[in-house]
Amino acid sequence: MARIALQDLRHSYVADPRADEDWALKRLTLELADGGAYALLGPSGCGKTTLLNLISGLLRPTEGRILFDGQDVTGTSPERRNIAQVFQFPVIYDTMTVYDNLAFPLRNRGVARAEVDARVREIAAMLELDATLHRRAAGLTADGKQKISLGRGLVRSDVNVIMFDEPLTVIDPHLKWVLRSKLRELHARIRRTMIYVTHDQTEALTFADEVVVMKDGQIVQIGTPVELFERPRHTFVGHFIGSPGMNVLPVEARGDAILLAGHPVAVARGAGGGAPAGPGAKPGGGTLELGVRPEFVAFAETGLPVEVARVADAGRYRIVDVVHAGRAVKMLVPEGAPIPEGRAHVRFDPARTYLYADGWIVG
Amino acid sequence: MNKTVNQRAWLFVLPVFLLVAFNAVIPLMTVVNFSVQETFGDNVFLWAGVRWFEDVLQSDRFHAALGRQLVFTGIVLAIEIPLGLAIALAMPRRGPWVSVCLVLMALPLLIPWNVVGAIWNIFALPDIGFLGRLVNGMGIEYNYTRDPAAAWFTTVLMDVWHWTSLVVLLCYAGLVSIPDAYYQAAKVDGARPWAVFRHIQLPKLKHVLTIAILLRFMDSFMIYTEVVVLTGGGPGSTTTFLSIDLVKVALGQFDLGPAAAMSIVYFLIILFLSWLFYTLMMRNEAR
Repeated sequence: MARIALQDLRHSYVADPRADEDWALKRLTLELADGGAYALLGPSGCGKTTLLNLISGLLRPTEGRILFDGQDVTGTSPERRNIAQVFQFPVIYDTMTVYDNLAFPLRNRGVARAEVDARVREIAAMLELDATLHRRAAGLTADGKQKISLGRGLVRSDVNVIMFDEPLTVIDPHLKWVLRSKLRELHARIRRTMIYVTHDQTEALTFADEVVVMKDGQIVQIGTPVELFERPRHTFVGHFIGSPGMNVLPVEARGDAILLAGHPVAVARGAGGGAPAGPGAKPGGGTLELGVRPEFVAFAETGLPVEVARVADAGRYRIVDVVHAGRAVKMLVPEGAPIPEGRAHVRFDPARTYLYADGWIVG
Repeated sequence: MNKTVNQRAWLFVLPVFLLVAFNAVIPLMTVVNFSVQETFGDNVFLWAGVRWFEDVLQSDRFHAALGRQLVFTGIVLAIEIPLGLAIALAMPRRGPWVSVCLVLMALPLLIPWNVVGAIWNIFALPDIGFLGRLVNGMGIEYNYTRDPAAAWFTTVLMDVWHWTSLVVLLCYAGLVSIPDAYYQAAKVDGARPWAVFRHIQLPKLKHVLTIAILLRFMDSFMIYTEVVVLTGGGPGSTTTFLSIDLVKVALGQFDLGPAAAMSIVYFLIILFLSWLFYTLMMRNEAR
């Protein structure tokens, strides 16, 4: 069990990094509480696997420190950090049985035979592998093999943190759901810090207590799934999370009012007043945008004049594309609710409409 | 939708068909033809049935050559496979030295085989060869033209020098194809280098090693050029392996019947042993 702190961490795969692009991970500071379930979410190439490998010790950071429970482990090798890692494809020892696979990490550490047996059986029961304990590991299906990989990590009682690098990539879709629930159940049961790397928002949002959204080697937002959904602090988070993603529309400010192509809209004003909340945003300058999720756009008697362009049926709701002054806005209309044709009016929920300056939320 | 049948495709196959016929099938059939007949030249053929086969299989000379060949192949495989694997494990998998090592390893394979024989012939000569002078200078009696043990030693050494590189390159290719995640997982599990070798590298190299062993077995069983240039089969007939014996019988004595029979027996032995090796190594794959 460990509290993980990353201080001013920066990493580059290039020997002599100079430009911004040379850095795979730009300066980041992060604290992960003990026993939490975290997800690192982001598109491919955003640095999440790099970050994972830095935490596990498979990579040595170019700059910065990593602390486990206050102790500097930046120079420690992976086996001494007491971590477990589950990879994208099942990594098992083909020639050994399932039992031997699970016992391997314990035997390497010289644990007594009776204890090895007890631990292996306990973990096998937890993962529902006990029926296959004496079969050759190579003969199992992909999800069985991933369970073995996971089991090898759980079998050691001194594991500080378990890391998952997109572990469900090779699993069949219907089994993904089963395994995801199993991971959640496991976390509730053993209460160890778990870090889950993925580019799939569903996996991240269902597994984690807190999600770390990353882009281009930087952390964009950390928050609970609900926070990320209801109040994205960056337009990227708005785009990336939710299906379909948030509507982002350019607006202009005139005095105290926000105008969308000349039409005034009400936006949520936070406690911070008009000051932009994120790094790199210029006060009173740069691009100004409005973000509102399709779930919070509704047809109304009065409001923004639009033209209904397209209706797509997605089962329990319909995705409607409406156009205002040349810009498309997506909205979700529940099943059964009427959709006007041609011209109509829409209204944005003011409590859920946010202002973004240079991508970062204002207020 | 119906499958279109187009017989014109056979025309494209025809050239290959003719090539294989002239290069392989017809010569093989000629050999079979010779092996069951007796000839006195001038295209006079008399049916001999299985007589040549009986002669070959009962001949002491053949047994001796076969024995020598089996011992030679056994020694050579026992040295080259572990040595090749060890060198492949030691070669860097990343960085600037990779290309240097690969080129160095490939060099022995690029030399024409009779040149290889000639190199070692001179290299091991007791009076003017570097190796010969060195060994004799250390006090050990070393003359491969007169001493059978020295001749065997030199022949084996030459073959190891020549062919270990093939095993190295094959094993190296196999090693490079193992994904990093396996090594990382082993690191996290606290596995020691020997365990990594035994549980990760060796199992993943199974197919590559099978190919390497099969290739080396077949090639060393048919060895001819290098040995003939090095020792000529001597001293006496102590390094006369199967193919050398065969050529002596066929071309030296011009006994085409027995030679043909011997060729076929030779071919069947290689076929059988290769099949045995392959089946033994692949017996778990069917599962």
